[in-house]
Amino acid sequence: MTTLVRLRPTTPPRRPGRIAILGAPNSGKTTLFNALTGHRAKAGNYPGVTVDRREGDLQRRFGADGVRLVDLPGVYSLEPQSEDETVAVRVLEGGFGEAPPDGVVGVVDATTIERGLPLLAEAAGLGLPVCVALTMIDELKARHGEIDPKELQDRLGVPVVGVVGNRGLGIDDLGALVSSPWDWTPGPGLLHGAEAKTPEDRFGWAREVLGACRRQAPEPNRWTRRLDRFLLHPAIGSAVFLAFVAFFFQAIFTWATPAMDFLSGLMDGLADQILATLPDTAFTRLLADGVIRGVGAVIVFLPQIVLLFTVILFLEACGYMARAAFVVDRVMGWVGLEGRCFIALLSSYACAVPGIMATRTIPSPRDRLTTILVAPFATCSARLPVYILLIAAFIPADPVLGPFTWQGLTLTGLYFLGTGAALLSAAVFKRGLLRGATLPFYLELPPYRLPRPSDIALGVWDRAKLFLRRAGTIILAASVVLWFLLNLPRRPADPQLSVTENQRAVLEGSYAASAGRLLEPVFAPMDFDWRINVGLVASQAAREVMVATLAQIYAHEGEDGEGLGVLLAGSGEGGAPPLLSRASALALLVYFAFAMQCMSTLAVIRRETGGWRWPVFTFAYMNGLAWLSAWLTFVLASAAGA
Amino acid sequence: MDRTLADVADASDGRLLEIAEVTGTDADSRRLREIGFCAGAPVRFIRRAPLGDPAMYELRGALMSLRRSEARRIRVHRAGA
Ligand SMILES: Nc1nc2c(ncn2[C@@H]2O[C@H](COP(=O)(O)OP(=O)(O)O)[C@@H](O)[C@H]2O)c(=O)[nH]1
Ligand SMILES: [Mg+2]
Repeated sequence: MTTLVRLRPTTPPRRPGRIAILGAPNSGKTTLFNALTGHRAKAGNYPGVTVDRREGDLQRRFGADGVRLVDLPGVYSLEPQSEDETVAVRVLEGGFGEAPPDGVVGVVDATTIERGLPLLAEAAGLGLPVCVALTMIDELKARHGEIDPKELQDRLGVPVVGVVGNRGLGIDDLGALVSSPWDWTPGPGLLHGAEAKTPEDRFGWAREVLGACRRQAPEPNRWTRRLDRFLLHPAIGSAVFLAFVAFFFQAIFTWATPAMDFLSGLMDGLADQILATLPDTAFTRLLADGVIRGVGAVIVFLPQIVLLFTVILFLEACGYMARAAFVVDRVMGWVGLEGRCFIALLSSYACAVPGIMATRTIPSPRDRLTTILVAPFATCSARLPVYILLIAAFIPADPVLGPFTWQGLTLTGLYFLGTGAALLSAAVFKRGLLRGATLPFYLELPPYRLPRPSDIALGVWDRAKLFLRRAGTIILAASVVLWFLLNLPRRPADPQLSVTENQRAVLEGSYAASAGRLLEPVFAPMDFDWRINVGLVASQAAREVMVATLAQIYAHEGEDGEGLGVLLAGSGEGGAPPLLSRASALALLVYFAFAMQCMSTLAVIRRETGGWRWPVFTFAYMNGLAWLSAWLTFVLASAAGA
Repeated sequence: MDRTLADVADASDGRLLEIAEVTGTDADSRRLREIGFCAGAPVRFIRRAPLGDPAMYELRGALMSLRRSEARRIRVHRAGA
């Protein structure tokens, strides 16, 4: 029984052409998309990095003009179960108000060809012209495997090119091929596969095609096996992981501090220079205190951000992230979720916004919603400046064991606290509100790959730019508004008092102070004064604004070169008293660990859940939990004599 | 004698096996077949996760991980049997 395969007319060409890039997760699609378009979309060595379609123009140097490429999320078949798979299938069938693409580049990992071919047959079954990019040719060779793309081309009857996407090999050939999808007339081989109805038939066809090729299947990846034996060992693996994490957070204090002190000196110098050279007007002070000191207090954390993302991107690119999901899946099972939810949570450690987007790979709507609701607990990079400032000020740097100090351990503890809160809340949601069966969990574990330093450097650079852009937009705006609220209403300077004392008087009588005092009943149980309260309200725009607020309040305190942290801790002899007791500081840290203080996250929750209900819910329960836990921390820490 | 992949993982049996069938006709079993766990496919147990579950299998040249609840649906016998 044969079905007629619908073939869309391949001539005459309608320009511009749209070509979709289709393939299994982690087969190298985004890498090819980037090489062909010159874009820098995020690629990573674990499934589920791309969750939305992304378009870009084929670079002119390949010979054609106006060819658009669409990068798709990875799929195993064209019967979608999760949101990201649905996106891929809708693009192929002509959704989103667009016609179906003019052709499909089927991306097939040369080390697992048998797994890649069935999808091509399905695409051909939709009547789409198909060509094939065989990626990872380098890995195939390294594992002593062999295949002749020309021979595969003959068997399939569609063009096949071998490429090494991340090194640019074969990209010229692929670019030339993609420029003219009108020449990809499917031959009998692929059309035969397109007639298959069941997965068994399609895989059977794939084996037939491969069986007819002279080829050498690759040997098992020995490095991956060896590393897995070590890193997935029940005892050694966990110990290595914990040691790595603790070492990393220690490094944030010990290694990044010199660079941070340098930046901090730069900002202070700049602010002082402005105050000294420009006439003493309100504008000068806004510029020096509101803009330079406020925003500068956030920018000085750039070294830590760079360090954080270097590590995160390295772990993603080398293939460890997928292993982490494999290891933690059991724990996720206890709370009623699956390993993919963990991958989405992991992304949230950079920022909850992409983390929440990554939940699109989760097939079960309930699991997906649960993950969205708990993802903001993951310790995102915006919390880091607040954590570091408060820890440096209030936690002693005494050594505990070897290179580890109380400061590093506190930071490590805060990361575990966020993770624990996410898992516990997930368990609560899955037992109550969002009860439901778990769908099958399958996860492909990519081989370990040595990331190219230039890829990591570019990725870190992108994140650093994002951080600076945040500082230059939302944090700048909040900082300027705060400056006005902290310095109005104006009051005549009292000649009896010093500049610092006058400034204190202005602050104490400012609108911001009144607002902060209004909140005192709420936060008095933790002993937060109006200054912290103002910071808490302001950091509702973005968490880092807390740091900017404190920097402004302390702009005129202390001697030259005294960092903000020193001022917060109180300078002892006759200087300002400490901002907080250690118990209150711990409470504040816990508050930041749990509170939902991010407009962009609320906005993305609204978009992904399609309404205001869930963002409002998240805001309420997270801030409620934050308040309760902060209060509990304060009570316990006070009792312990902190 | 047919066993399931879950039994194979429990016994940490690393021999090459062949899938006999995937039980069930629901979307879950279809998905398992779509990712390559279908009758006739060679499969090999590699290791269990440190906490005992899930387990990692080699399937058509790739490493796939399955929880035991899914592995129980996949019946296998000795390759070539
Ligand atoms: N060795 C090698 N690695 C590749 C090749 N193409 C992609 N990669 C790597 O494979 C991983 C997955 O690539 P990505 O483009 O994100 O795959 P996608 O999930 O299909 O979009 C990344 O770590 C890439 O750097 C290739 O041809 N050779
Ligand atoms: Mg991708």
